[in-house]
Amino acid sequence: MFDFLLLSPLETQVVVLSLKVALLSLAINLPLAVAVAYLLARYRFPGKSLLNALVYLPLVLPPVVTGYLLLLTLGTQGPVGAWLKDTFGIVVAFRWTGAAIAAAVMGFPLAVGAIRLSIDAVDRRIEDAASTLGANRAWIFLTITLPLILPGIITGAILAFARALGEFGATITFVANIRGETQTLPLAIYSLTQVPGKEMAALRLLIISVLLSFAALIASEVLHKTVSKRMFGHGD
Amino acid sequence: MAIEVDVERRLGDVRIQARFAGEPGITVLFGHSGAGKSSVVNMISGLLKPDRGRIAVDGRVLFDDRRRINLPARKRRVGYIFQESRLFPHLKVRRNLLYGRRFAPRQERYVNPDRIVDLLGIGHLLDRRPPMLSGGERQRVAIGRALLASPSLLLMDEPLASLDAARKNEILPYIERLRDELKVPIVYVSHQFEEVSRLADMLVVMENGRLAAAGPLGEIMGRLDLASIAGREEAGTVIEARVIGHDREFQLTHLQCAAGELVVPRVAKPEQATVRVHIHALDVAIALEPPRGLSIRNVLPARIEEIGRETIPYAELRLNAAGVPLIAYVTGKAAHELDLRVGREVYALIKSVAIDRHGAE
Repeated sequence: MFDFLLLSPLETQVVVLSLKVALLSLAINLPLAVAVAYLLARYRFPGKSLLNALVYLPLVLPPVVTGYLLLLTLGTQGPVGAWLKDTFGIVVAFRWTGAAIAAAVMGFPLAVGAIRLSIDAVDRRIEDAASTLGANRAWIFLTITLPLILPGIITGAILAFARALGEFGATITFVANIRGETQTLPLAIYSLTQVPGKEMAALRLLIISVLLSFAALIASEVLHKTVSKRMFGHGD
Repeated sequence: MAIEVDVERRLGDVRIQARFAGEPGITVLFGHSGAGKSSVVNMISGLLKPDRGRIAVDGRVLFDDRRRINLPARKRRVGYIFQESRLFPHLKVRRNLLYGRRFAPRQERYVNPDRIVDLLGIGHLLDRRPPMLSGGERQRVAIGRALLASPSLLLMDEPLASLDAARKNEILPYIERLRDELKVPIVYVSHQFEEVSRLADMLVVMENGRLAAAGPLGEIMGRLDLASIAGREEAGTVIEARVIGHDREFQLTHLQCAAGELVVPRVAKPEQATVRVHIHALDVAIALEPPRGLSIRNVLPARIEEIGRETIPYAELRLNAAGVPLIAYVTGKAAHELDLRVGREVYALIKSVAIDRHGAE
């Protein structure tokens, strides 16, 4: 009688794919976001405002436009996409990896924003102290800066992860809506709502989506607290 | 010569300029807030680049604009203890302490971690994190952290400024032990005269970004033109004296200095130990003959060597008591009536209870 609690094969496929896409997008997103946030927070260089605008562009562009731009550059006919295909045999257009890239691009500004805030909050005088003790820049970054901004990185990661789970416009434009390959939760819900009589199925996916997001938020909260507590002896 | 500093740097409208040489021991950079003391130590540490000049420690050149030498802070081997300790908040005390150790070449590691932990009394704190420490504990850990990098010079930028009086007295003995036991030269920034008179071997006085005077503590403090830099209350001289006996009944200690014997309230140090006493100019009175029937215990024969330019209402006198410099402030009227002139032999009277004994507790 609890059959309704079990996921159908289709639902399992969609959930697993969504998580896979979101996690890969995070793996692409975070290292770059940390690097760019550090660059923007700490250095002055020509073209800095341009880079800043570029980072935040996906936040203001219609997602469809972002998706289409991705298709133009990373599609098999696009300059980068053709090069990737000819040199490495890598194709991302209309693949789940492409979905992850689309999700990463959309989540990038959120991750950079959160991480940059935490870098700005680091007391640079503490880094100065480390340099008088003999540490070079790279070592200071690894042993002082990075641990101190870890809470910010976690916040950025969770924002980007949530964005990836919910990403729709750029994904459907860039990699289409292919079942088992690029059909993530929002895309599956969208498809079901287009078919008469599938309202119940759509509703089930919707509830799954809500639960997933909720779990992600709680996990982030717990992680955040653990990290702060371990590092500073208090959980706030 | 442990340290040579000759630096110049423009900061906004102010030009910071300092030139001094420090012997082994503690060189105190003294001046009011904003006199440029911190900028000077930042230049020595490598955190601030001088516009021109030269900095050398034990003959090793850290900065020389003419030879285009500018070692980065991490290569200077200059330990720095900041006013706000700047411990790494995410690392336990143990890892804070050991942070700089790996960067010192093995053969140049002259400090033993256990000995430093012992010397600073921080053994019970090793597994705590900095936010859980008191202000005094934090500064002790910061001192240990700087020392474990085996520095060839130690900079201390008002390390006690953020602490209350009790915490200050908790740290000061440790700094004296560093000076006496580790022999690492120390440049100590302060605007507290108490710290100067207690710690300094060399004194460098800064005013408005410029060097006002530099030299051995006794010499600088004995100068009338500088005496009031510390403020009239603190002006005076610092004398090194030896404990020659204790009077248990009256809780007094007898000290011997070149000028003669001094009696001061009890000092908790064994016989033959050296003590520094700070004799305030306001507490020295002048008599023409050895007085009788007076409560003042300390009477030192001395000669007047200099009289300050202004004589009203105070006259500033520099005395020489068998080689020991003393400064006395008397009223201009007294100076007039006693006919105090340069070269005159007098008796300096010092109230025992007014003598500051450092490290007496």
